[in-house]
Parts: sequence; C-alpha cells; structure tokens
Amino acid sequence: MSRTINVALVGNPNAGKTSVFNLLTGMNQKVGNFPGVTMDKVSGLYSYNNSPINVLDLPGTYSIYPRSMDERVVFDFLSDENAHDFPDTIIAVADASNLERNLLLFSEIKDLGQPTILVLTMLDIANKQGLNIDISALEKEFNTTVITVNGRNGEGLEDLKKAILDTKHPEHVPFYDVNDLSPEIIPIIKDKFELRNDYIAYQYAQQTYSKSFLSIDEKQFIADAKVKYNFCDRQFQTTETVERYKIIRKKLQEVVIRSQEGVVKNRTSKLDKILTHKIYGYLIFMAVLLLMFQTIFEWANPFMDWIDMGFAELSGLANDLLPPGVLTDLLAEGIIPGLGGVVIFIPQIALLFCFIAILEESGYMARVVFLTDKIMRKFGLNGKSIVPLISGVACAIPAIMATRNIESWKDRIITIFVTPFMSCSARLPVYAILISLVIPEKHVLGIFNLQGLTLMFLYLLGFFGAIFSALIMQKILKVKERSYFIMELPVYRWPKWRNVWITIFSKSRTFVFEAGKIILAISIILWVLASYGPGDKFDQATTTVQAEQPSLAVDSQAFENAVSAYKLENSYAGILGKSIEPAIAPLGYDWKIGIALITSFAAREVFVGTIATIYSVGADEESETTIKEKLRAEINPHTGDPMYTFALGMSLMVFYAFAMQCMSTLAVVYRETKSYKWPLLQLFYMSGLAYLSALVVYQVLK
Amino acid sequence: MERSAADLVPGQKGMVKDFTDEYISLKLMEMGVLPGTEIVMKFAAPLGDPICVDVSGYALSLRVEEAKTIILS
Repeated sequence: MSRTINVALVGNPNAGKTSVFNLLTGMNQKVGNFPGVTMDKVSGLYSYNNSPINVLDLPGTYSIYPRSMDERVVFDFLSDENAHDFPDTIIAVADASNLERNLLLFSEIKDLGQPTILVLTMLDIANKQGLNIDISALEKEFNTTVITVNGRNGEGLEDLKKAILDTKHPEHVPFYDVNDLSPEIIPIIKDKFELRNDYIAYQYAQQTYSKSFLSIDEKQFIADAKVKYNFCDRQFQTTETVERYKIIRKKLQEVVIRSQEGVVKNRTSKLDKILTHKIYGYLIFMAVLLLMFQTIFEWANPFMDWIDMGFAELSGLANDLLPPGVLTDLLAEGIIPGLGGVVIFIPQIALLFCFIAILEESGYMARVVFLTDKIMRKFGLNGKSIVPLISGVACAIPAIMATRNIESWKDRIITIFVTPFMSCSARLPVYAILISLVIPEKHVLGIFNLQGLTLMFLYLLGFFGAIFSALIMQKILKVKERSYFIMELPVYRWPKWRNVWITIFSKSRTFVFEAGKIILAISIILWVLASYGPGDKFDQATTTVQAEQPSLAVDSQAFENAVSAYKLENSYAGILGKSIEPAIAPLGYDWKIGIALITSFAAREVFVGTIATIYSVGADEESETTIKEKLRAEINPHTGDPMYTFALGMSLMVFYAFAMQCMSTLAVVYRETKSYKWPLLQLFYMSGLAYLSALVVYQVLK
Repeated sequence: MERSAADLVPGQKGMVKDFTDEYISLKLMEMGVLPGTEIVMKFAAPLGDPICVDVSGYALSLRVEEAKTIILS
C-alpha cells in the first residue's frame, strides 16, 4: 500500500459538505480532537486504487476569518504545515445555487497554496432556480479542477475520487494578491516562520491571537511588526473582501447564465409564509416540539425496557455462572448495572438526534432560530440557544456541545450555564417513580391525567429555571462584547436519510464513550462505598442481624434483605448518608434518601437503583412495582405515618429538577469553557437553588 | 436622515451604499452584502425582529439593529 493521502473538506454551512463527506467515507468515520482545542475532529478513511485516503471534515464557515470556536479550527489546521495530517489536497464544497458567496471561501482557501478541488453540489436546485453553470468556463476562470457531485444519489463521486488521486494541478497563481495591502510585513513573517505562502503569512498577521500553535514570544513578534508597518486588520480585511467579491462577480459573468425565476425559491417562499407566520409559525413549532417529546418518551420506552431487562439478565447470569467472590460482585452489581445505566439512554439520544438531524437537514431549524431570537434575546440568550435548550431535554452533554456555533462568548456561556436546567432524560426515571407514588392517578377537567400534568409541570419548572437563571446571568456578566445575528436561511429540502443515519450513529457512539467512561467509573466507586464499611459492624452483619431479629429464619429472603439493609446502613455510603442527615432533615429527607442523594450526585438516574437497594429489594425481583410497594410501605419513624408523603415527594422532585447532579455534564462544561470556574459555579448555584426550593416546597406542603 | 435596510417594507428593494459599523460590516460583506449590492426585504419574524432579506440569490436573516447599520442609496 502506498502512503496515506490526506484530504480536508471545507465549505459554507449548508453547502452539502457533510453529504460529500458521508458519500466518500460511509460509516467509516471516527471522532478525534484537534490539538490544543476541544473541537471534535471528524475524519474518515476510504481506499481507492489501493491508496488509503484520510478525509477530514472541517467545520462549515463563510470565510477564513473565524467568528466562532468552530471556525477558528479551519485556518489553524490549514496553515500548520508540520501537522502529520496536513492536507495534500483541499476540497472546497460549494453550493451551485449560491455560487458567488460560496466562492469567497474557495478563493481564500485556494490562496493558501495547496492543491484545491472545487466540488459543486446542488446543481439540480441551481437548474430549477434558472441558473445554468458552464463548468469548463468555471474551471478556466478560477484556475481549478471542478467536479459536480449530487449529494442525494452520489452521482459524480467516482470523478471526485479520481481527481483526489490526480497529482496534476494547475500552477498556483494567487487569486487576490495580499502584497497589495501590506508588502513589508509578509516577507518578515515568511522569513521568521519559514513559510512558503504569502497568504498564510498575511493571515498570521490577521489572526495572530487566535492561533493556538504560536508561542507568546512569536505572537509578540508579529504584533510588533504590525505596529511598525502600520498593519490595520479590519481595514485590510474589508478591502480584501470587497476586492475578492469584485473579481468573483466579474468572472462569474462568464460562467453563470440566468434564465427565468425558478421553482425552488417559490416553494421556499410559500413554506416560509406559513412556517414563520405570526400565529401558525409558533403553533407549528409547538406541534413539532410536542411530537418530538412524545416520540422521545413513548417510542423509546419499549427499547429502554428491553435494555433494562437485558442488563438485569446479564447481571443474574454473571452471578450464576461465575464463582462467587468480590470480582463477581463488582461485575454483577457494579460494572454491568453501571454500563446498563449508560446504554439505556441510547434509544432516547438516538431519537433526539434523529429529530434534530431532520430539522437541520430540512432547513426548518434555521426558521426556529429566526422565530425565537427576539424572545431569547430578552433573557440574555440568542436564537441559536434554542437548539441546545431543546436538546437538553434528552441529555445536557450533546446539548452543551451544540453551543459551539454561537459566535458570542457571552451568549454561549449563558447557554452552557442554563442548559442543565432543562429536564433531561435521566430525571425521567426519578420523576416517574415519585409521581406514581405521591400523585393520585385521576383525571382533572375530564381529559387531563393528573400524573401527566405533574410531569409537564416539572418540565416547565426546568425550562423556567433555565430562563430565569439566564436573566440573572445577563445582569451579572458585564461583558462588552458585540453580539450579532446574521444567519443564512437555507432553502427547504428533503432530508438526506444517509446523513440522518450517520448523525444518529456517530452521536450515539460519542455519548456512549464520553459519558460512559465517567458513569462507569462512578458506579464502581459507588459499589465499593456501598459494599464496604469501616470496622467490625459491617463484617459481622449476619451475626448482628441474627441476634437482633432471631425470629427470621436464616437463608430466608427476609433475612437476606435484613442483612443487606444492615450492611448498607453501616457501609461507607450509609455513614455518609447519616452524616448529611441533619442538613437534609428540613427538606423532609432521612439518611436513606441521603444515600440516594449522594450516589445520584454522579448521575441522577442512580437514585432509583439506590433506593431499590436501600429499601432492600432483592436484586432479582427488581421490578418497579416492588420498589413502589416497598416505598409505599416505608414508615416515617418519627410520625408513624407513611414516609413518602405528598410533601416529601414534591420536595424531592423539585430538588431533582434543579440540582446539578451529573458528573458528565460538569466534565463537558469544563471541557467546553476550559476553566474550573464555570462548572463549579454551576454546581453551587444549581445545588443551592435546589436545596432552597425543596426546603420551601416541603415546609409549605408539610 | 439616510435610509437604512431596516426601513424597507416587505417587497421593497434597496441598493447598499455604506455601513455605519465596521465590525458588523465585515460579517455582512463576507455574507455577500457589499456596497452596490441590491437587497430585497422579504419578511420579518412575527415579533418584528429579526428580518429576512434576499441578497445575491439567497435568504439572509439579521436583526433590525444590524439592518440599521446598512445605509442604502
């Protein structure tokens, strides 16, 4: 096999870049990290004519000048010649129905000096809009190889694969010569950093501070040179952009022949009339949200039940087949349930991403952003915050990762900060069991199920928690930063199902590995804390229980339960629970709930499993009814009444609605903000709010 | 008072002359809104803001306060 050929894909958002990437690499994709930044680096491998080809999908951008975290990566990557995967060939993907704007980025990329292929997509849409493109004229005018690819059926893919291997490229001629702007500084930077290309050197001066691989001294060197030679960033950028467009417009006169107004635009205009209508617009958006939640919670249920049962079976199997011992216990009670706790969310995550991918692909998501921007702005957010907030209903982890395309730092931080308030799917099992326990199953006003209404109330509580906190953050964060909202509204299209599938697959995989690692580690620690205790008390559980409750027959289920309850009470986890009891007593909680609070600090859904263990339900009869019955039978030692009253149930639910109980989210927030400040602030603020609210709820309802 | 892109009513056209804000103008120019370009107001969001305009063959949405920085001739 010959040497791996590196190819990088660049293009405007919505230009069909992802479709080209998916066509080239299929399912053979992996997610890595760009050095120094926490951006996902999506790459894929394929082989053609015995040559292995590594394709890197760079984030979509309108120009080489970065505006957001996403976009910063593009120039960084394309200018670092020493990187091991520095591209041999760059593929610039351009939307043929929108050629002029797409060619701006192409012209900048081409000036970096690497062989560049121009891929035209959506030629069918361009034709329907009455645009005819003369491909050979385009090749000649822009001095490049042009390949047309149909993102829907893959037509043209063979030509593209062939062109990537082709080593014959037209000689490099700068599209726009930056030496006109600043003749002195370019040779100095070229010399200092041993660069070959003028435009790269010029961009070193333009993007000095956002470049991650320059040292402080190197940045200072460039800054000094810029002062010396009077380098005016913005003025030069303006001139450069205007000049580039001038050249592009002139050249395109030879390339594009316009006939009459087309059909596609009409369809989009008609749809926009309804979808962004004063009344229907919001009604349709509400309906889409309703359908999405319904799907995520209803359709995912059977799959989640199967996974739940599967892992319970697996635990039992491990217990039966493996020799008894600590390792078997760890596997059967720690690792397998821990893994199950991760895998169980896959159906919901997959469905959520299915919806989001369809909404994004069809062009509707941009309209949602458009519809909600003014409302969100009142709360210190941005129209683009709506996507993370909606995603947060499934899981805050992918939701927080989805904030990267928000250009404004302040808007992005606020969005990250408040997204975990949205009721994620991990809260659902907690709500489900508590609602069934303390809310009677009856109907109000004839049609509304009271339990369902309570659930809706909890979701609204989370949403208002998020909005309210954003408002506070907006008042506190005094940042002088320009925020703007300039966004393309793409034409409506049918989603490409291949892209939807690949999104579902890769996002679910990222979730399993990223969140899975942490949840697994925590569940092992918890298992150790709950399975061991200090001193003799723990070891002599059997004899103590025998002595205290001589009526119980040894070997009976009741005896076993009493032993495990006694063990838990005297384990490290039990001791922890008891030690926090004074703090949580005003909320109505006892030490048993205290243990559950501690264990579910790592992940909320652990609550159900923990109370199942605490109330000594045998491991092999872990069905919901038994947990529920046990909880219902639990007596408050102080009053003699049932422990789980309406007040306690509501207090617990409100606590779970607000509390920051997710290690994985904190880890992602740290990763995304690159500081301990934000996750810690989030932890204390959310937990504090949860405590106070639960306190008020319990004291009022008691 | 000069006319800005925010003064256009749906269906009305205007020719870009200049910008009042350098920072926003850089982004607008990258998106194809250049001096001499024709923009057509299409529609506003239900709450009056942001708005959607047609520029060099595609639909661009922007806030009213950003549209105010686009001076028309």
